[in-house]
Amino acid sequence: MNQLWKMDPNIKKTKNSADSANYPEAIQSPSQFPDEVLEKVLSMLHSHKDRSSVSLVCKDWYNAERWSRTKIFIGNCYSVSPEIVARRFPRIKSVTLKGKPRFSDFNLVPQNWGANIHDWLVMFAKVYPLLEELRLKRMTVSDESLEFLAMSFPGFKALSLLSCDGFSTDGLKSIATHCKKLTELDIQENGIDDVSGSWLSAFPDNFTSLEILNFASLNSEVSFDALERLVSRCKSLKVLKVNKGIGLDQLQRLLVRAPQLMELGTGSFQQELMFRHCMELENAFRNCKNLQILAGLWDASYVYLHVLYPACSSLTFLNLSYATLRSDEFTKLIAHCPNLRCLWVLDTVEDKGLEAVGSCCPLLEEIRVFPAHPFDQDINHGVTESGFLAVSHGCRKLHYVLYFCQQMTNAAVATIVQNCPDFTHFRLCIMNPGQPDYLTDEPMDEAFGAVVKTCTKLQRLAVSGLLTDLTFEYIGKYAKNLETLSVAFAGRSDWGMQCVLGGCPKLRKLEIRDCPFGNAALLSGLKKYESMRSLWMSACNVTMNGCRLLAKEMPRLNVEVMKDEEDDSHVDKVYVYRSVAGPRRDAPPFVLTL
Amino acid sequence: MESIVAHENDLNLKATELRLGLPGTDESEKESASCTKNNKRSLPECAEESAKNDDLDAQHGDCEAAPAAKAQIVGWPPVRSYRKNSLQQKKAEAETGFYVKVSMDGAPYLRKIDLKVYKGYPELLKALEYMFKLTIGEYSEREGYRGSEYAPAYEDKDGDLMLVGDVPWEMFMSSCKKLRIMKGSEARGLGCGV
Repeated sequence: MNQLWKMDPNIKKTKNSADSANYPEAIQSPSQFPDEVLEKVLSMLHSHKDRSSVSLVCKDWYNAERWSRTKIFIGNCYSVSPEIVARRFPRIKSVTLKGKPRFSDFNLVPQNWGANIHDWLVMFAKVYPLLEELRLKRMTVSDESLEFLAMSFPGFKALSLLSCDGFSTDGLKSIATHCKKLTELDIQENGIDDVSGSWLSAFPDNFTSLEILNFASLNSEVSFDALERLVSRCKSLKVLKVNKGIGLDQLQRLLVRAPQLMELGTGSFQQELMFRHCMELENAFRNCKNLQILAGLWDASYVYLHVLYPACSSLTFLNLSYATLRSDEFTKLIAHCPNLRCLWVLDTVEDKGLEAVGSCCPLLEEIRVFPAHPFDQDINHGVTESGFLAVSHGCRKLHYVLYFCQQMTNAAVATIVQNCPDFTHFRLCIMNPGQPDYLTDEPMDEAFGAVVKTCTKLQRLAVSGLLTDLTFEYIGKYAKNLETLSVAFAGRSDWGMQCVLGGCPKLRKLEIRDCPFGNAALLSGLKKYESMRSLWMSACNVTMNGCRLLAKEMPRLNVEVMKDEEDDSHVDKVYVYRSVAGPRRDAPPFVLTL
Repeated sequence: MESIVAHENDLNLKATELRLGLPGTDESEKESASCTKNNKRSLPECAEESAKNDDLDAQHGDCEAAPAAKAQIVGWPPVRSYRKNSLQQKKAEAETGFYVKVSMDGAPYLRKIDLKVYKGYPELLKALEYMFKLTIGEYSEREGYRGSEYAPAYEDKDGDLMLVGDVPWEMFMSSCKKLRIMKGSEARGLGCGV
């Protein structure tokens, strides 16, 4: 990271390879290759981590890399500025930007916090007129910005908005109207103003390039006629995810027009169909030979699930997280899906359903079990440790889990990781905060101890339940590959957080809420935060003095505080991140940059 | 016990306190320490969510200000807003019940029952028998309801009068608009297959 400061981004690239011949004493450049060759080689590097490493080798490589990079990934939009990006990378075609801290998904970040895309777009319009792709996560995007985007980039192809806010369906209308070469429109789970579905009708009649269309999370009804015609003429359509307004008979007509689909998100699965139409729908699914991913299935009525069976054997990803299926209904369905790699379900399938998963899906690598009633404290619903155990027994290739449950035991988790030692992502949410092992009444320390000791490849961990500092001792000591850690209602003292900051060499993101960690803990990470993307702490014991001290000692970190309404010295939320752009200039009044 | 010692030094005790009670009990007291600050933010956010999702009546149920049995913690469990809203909508629908009118030939007034309460036809028919003090008889595909004067019928979405029991329960639930208990010769006409 430090070496970057020595690189002058303004060094003009020399295309003339004779230069290196004329200056043989320029032995500081270990590269014997002409620039073009180096650039060509580097253009084959796609991972942004690899590219970062390459750019640190020497000035020549830094320059070759910056000229050959066409895709840029910015994990924290405030870590850098549009100007700096534009100066360093002259040839960008694809941009991925992430904005707000992840806890904003759970309403922990107030409105108007920032992460507005507009200034970025203005710079891109100036410097990257050939921009093709924009992927945004947790950014604020206005309709004006969307219109500006649609009008400024004639070759624009792919727009993906995940968990964003600030726009309405009118903004989507601009995109549909003006982006003649659009291949991808992916709108997911955004907090937007759903005015009307008329945006879909704005695609011109001669528009045929669409390959990916996802409007599943928009509520307002689109014109089915317009959708059917759009699907008919876009012969390269591979991904189609419709919203709840599309019924089963309409789905059948869409499938008949697009049997080449690889990914399908159905609409509502609950319409009353005559037998004849059922058969037609089943045949339509039978004819979708390339279908690998299936989602949607809102209000899936068991009565109609059988229409899916012909397509089930080739499915690799099944997303049932919006279908409230009972265990018996689900068990019948999952028996038809032996090739699943990835499964998302609601906990209405219960432990019995998960047992069926263990039996039927030996190739499973990822499972996410969401709570159907997250705010209902009735313990008789949902899944327990035995469901998770059953899956780990049958699915030995499991490496990604997100599991919301009402109860868990240390012993179960220990067995689970014995069965599946290859976990890279282990996110366990025992929904009652601070709940102990329900059998032994002990803290859940040993559970997470087992996870970090056994799963050496662990990159992401979310802990829950009653946890003492011991959990964090384990994490700091054993989790050598851990990059992201989420902590809530856990720990006993500063020592816990200190252990994590003192260990975990690869830690990049640390998010903490409602834990007894204070200034000593915060300040113990002084040296570490520059090697991390960000730290979030809310409802902890950090004070203004602690934050001020951190800001003073580490000028290259942005320390942003959201104060407690009552207590002036207490800090409600603090967000710390490294940045080469200095303090941000768009902070709202409730954010104090120290 | 370790927890007592920690009690003295820690500031955020309640959330991490070892208790022998069942999880879920003593909730409001448990949360008061960690949640008084959080709850302050919840009201404006609830209002914002309500403004954004006008069609969801269930928002009121979720707001911490409502007299809920348990004080909810902001942002916990960590479920994204979109998913949370979807589920709340479903829950609201589930909770409203599915009341249909039930008329019986010759009775002076109609009754109403909640179809969601019953898991299947046997339970529904038993409830009707109890409510109207009659016997309905055995269902068969060929004969309809044998062994009594009465036959349960319903009006479906198309307005047609249908015999109860022919289609799967869920399909019946989604298409039944009102129930009618038919009696005598009319009932026999319906019950005897063509």
